[in-house]
Amino acid sequence: MTYRWDFTPLLDNWQALAMGAVGTVRLFAVCLVLGLGFGLIVALARRSRWRLARWVSIGFIEFFRNTPVLVQILWFYFALPMLVPVEITPFTAAIFGISLNSAAYSAEIYRAGIQSIEPGQWEAARAIGMSGLQTLRRIVLPQALRRVLPALTNRGIEIFKMTTLASVVAYIELLHQGKLIASLNFNPLEVYTVIGALFFLFLYPLVRATYALERRLARSD
Amino acid sequence: MYRWDFTPIWAHGDLLLAGLGNTLVLTAVALAGGLPVGLALALARLSGNRLMAAPAGLVIEVFRTTPPLVQLFWFYFGLPIILNVEMTPYLAAALTFTIQSGAFFAEIFRAGIVSVDKGQSESARAIGMSKAQAMRRIILPQAVKRMFPAMMERSIELMKTTTLVATVSYADLLYQANELAQKTFRPLEVFTAAALLYFVTITLVSALGALVERRMAQSGEMTR
Amino acid sequence: MDTPLLRLAGLDKRFGDRAVFSGVDLDVKRGDRIAIIGASGSGKSTLLRCINFLERPDAGRVILNGEPVGAERQRSGGTETRYDEGSLNRLRQRVGMVFQQFNLFPHMTALGNVMEGLVTVKRMARAPAGERAMAELARVGLADKAEAYPAHLSGGQKQRVAIARALAMEPEILLFDEPTSALDPALVGEVLDTIQALAAEGRTMILVTHEIGFAYHMATRVLFLAEGGIYEQGTPDEVLKAPRRPLTQAFIAGHRRFSF
Ligand SMILES: Nc1ncnc2c1ncn2[C@@H]1O[C@H](COP(=O)(O)OP(=O)(O)OP(=O)(O)O)[C@@H](O)[C@H]1O
Ligand SMILES: [Mg+2]
Repeated sequence: MTYRWDFTPLLDNWQALAMGAVGTVRLFAVCLVLGLGFGLIVALARRSRWRLARWVSIGFIEFFRNTPVLVQILWFYFALPMLVPVEITPFTAAIFGISLNSAAYSAEIYRAGIQSIEPGQWEAARAIGMSGLQTLRRIVLPQALRRVLPALTNRGIEIFKMTTLASVVAYIELLHQGKLIASLNFNPLEVYTVIGALFFLFLYPLVRATYALERRLARSD
Repeated sequence: MYRWDFTPIWAHGDLLLAGLGNTLVLTAVALAGGLPVGLALALARLSGNRLMAAPAGLVIEVFRTTPPLVQLFWFYFGLPIILNVEMTPYLAAALTFTIQSGAFFAEIFRAGIVSVDKGQSESARAIGMSKAQAMRRIILPQAVKRMFPAMMERSIELMKTTTLVATVSYADLLYQANELAQKTFRPLEVFTAAALLYFVTITLVSALGALVERRMAQSGEMTR
Repeated sequence: MDTPLLRLAGLDKRFGDRAVFSGVDLDVKRGDRIAIIGASGSGKSTLLRCINFLERPDAGRVILNGEPVGAERQRSGGTETRYDEGSLNRLRQRVGMVFQQFNLFPHMTALGNVMEGLVTVKRMARAPAGERAMAELARVGLADKAEAYPAHLSGGQKQRVAIARALAMEPEILLFDEPTSALDPALVGEVLDTIQALAAEGRTMILVTHEIGFAYHMATRVLFLAEGGIYEQGTPDEVLKAPRRPLTQAFIAGHRRFSF
């Protein structure tokens, strides 16, 4: 019953963990930029004048929100190479899956933000002669982005958690390295406790910051 | 040009459907466990009693903040070492997703409960109701209606997250798809079919949820 | 000497380090109708809410029918009063309250609102509880609205349902906290008439109000709150027509446009 915890194998393998951490951060950074960036484009297409653009964007959002991200990653890893004659690395597959999934989610966030801006803002900008695009860029988006900042931060936190799924296609990140260490040293309890703790220690301050941000925005509105 | 061929998948369609069945079972179990766990955690966190609020808060924050796959591995590979018991993929998955969805539900319950106007609990207390009676008869019924969309959304997230159990060999839809892909050498068709199955199931569930929501809004005399 | 129905003895209430009132003493006899007036923020609501313990007084006792609420305990720094939930819930059944914002339960019909306390608190069976509740609704003139949800009632109707809900518990005292302040002027009359009818039945009530004219006609005694306590009290004629102290005089002068 009294299991003796032993963290020495983990300390001995700190370099492997560090390598995993680098992989995690690298994947996170790429997916954050691509996911949130592409999401904005999808959101704008969603309210475009052209029906085709609207339909494509709705289809994209619905499909990527209504399928599991792990299925998406595995599809890009195992299925896509059958269609296109290029090699898909675990890194690429993970980027595709996580970024597109996050784009679909963030598109809905941007949309809610843009919709929350009162029509009077559009009218006032148009009344002083601004074009639609100018109004969007100078008046509506700055206010909308401010309002959805907490939701976007949350998305970022979700992306960070999602990077662990890349271990399923053997991309070298924290969890993958953990699995390796656990299988060599037969110490899964210590390994997964430490990995979980690392994620918690890194993400929890961000979670708290998001709460604080939400409160601040709620007050100032 | 790749020649699509779905015949091997039709031949093993029962495998995928059995996997989908297991996905639904696991989701239902985690939902049935997660809702009461979530309510208990929320009430503990709101209790004003530090000895209850602090541990509840810790469980909620840890399970919301750490990656679900790490949680699953911890329960599947790590927990049996402490408890000295056999762990099955099903048990590990049911435990992980019950507590994890409980943590998310707890925050939904909490937000719903605090969103109910303070005058409601005051007037319940003013006619002599106990705290528990006021919660059960007055506050929760109003909160639940408001929480329904968030609950629905979280349940769908839960269903999608259950795909992680494929990594510990629980025979859910994704696991079966992976097996089938290896057996038939047709990963494109198999994973596409699996993705479509998920898409159809999840779209149906959300449509159903939206329908219920609209019914509730129509019959809901509570919109002031 | 009769024991008063309700006695407040040395009541103190603070929020943080800000004292709302201190040392408030008050005797309420059966059949008394007390109007509490005072400037905004003078502590009228807080005093009322201390009577049924929606706010806990920091010191002093509430004594109902000669029985002090809560139990006194000796502590190193003096005595301390402990209140257990059960006894507060019993107290609240005997003290009815009507709120400024009505606070009807929006997920229940008018009848459901009035029955709720009978069924869950008094543990009455549904059938007799329904009959009692219907009688209370009839008393406030809303028998025909029994099946309506609060969202479909006017403000005045809501407040009358709230009064019926309080009456159903057969309270010995009724507390009203500005029952007409949230109403359109056109709807004030029906609620005041309902309260007037209760007064005519000889019910004991404490009413916080800004309707000076109504207070004058309805009350047997008027309290003016200021400077952290009861600043002046007496009959309506004394306090409202011929106030003796400067703050009361200023307050009443501000309300002169109301005719008595
Ligand atoms: N829950 C609370 N926390 C902190 N301060 C409070 C609280 N409730 C009331 N107060 C303060 O106590 C004082 C008395 O408030 P109270 O509501 O009793 O006044 P009132 O006489 O009823 O005023 P009004 O006529 O505006 O209803 C005010 O200064 C108010 O800001
Ligand atoms: Mg008040």
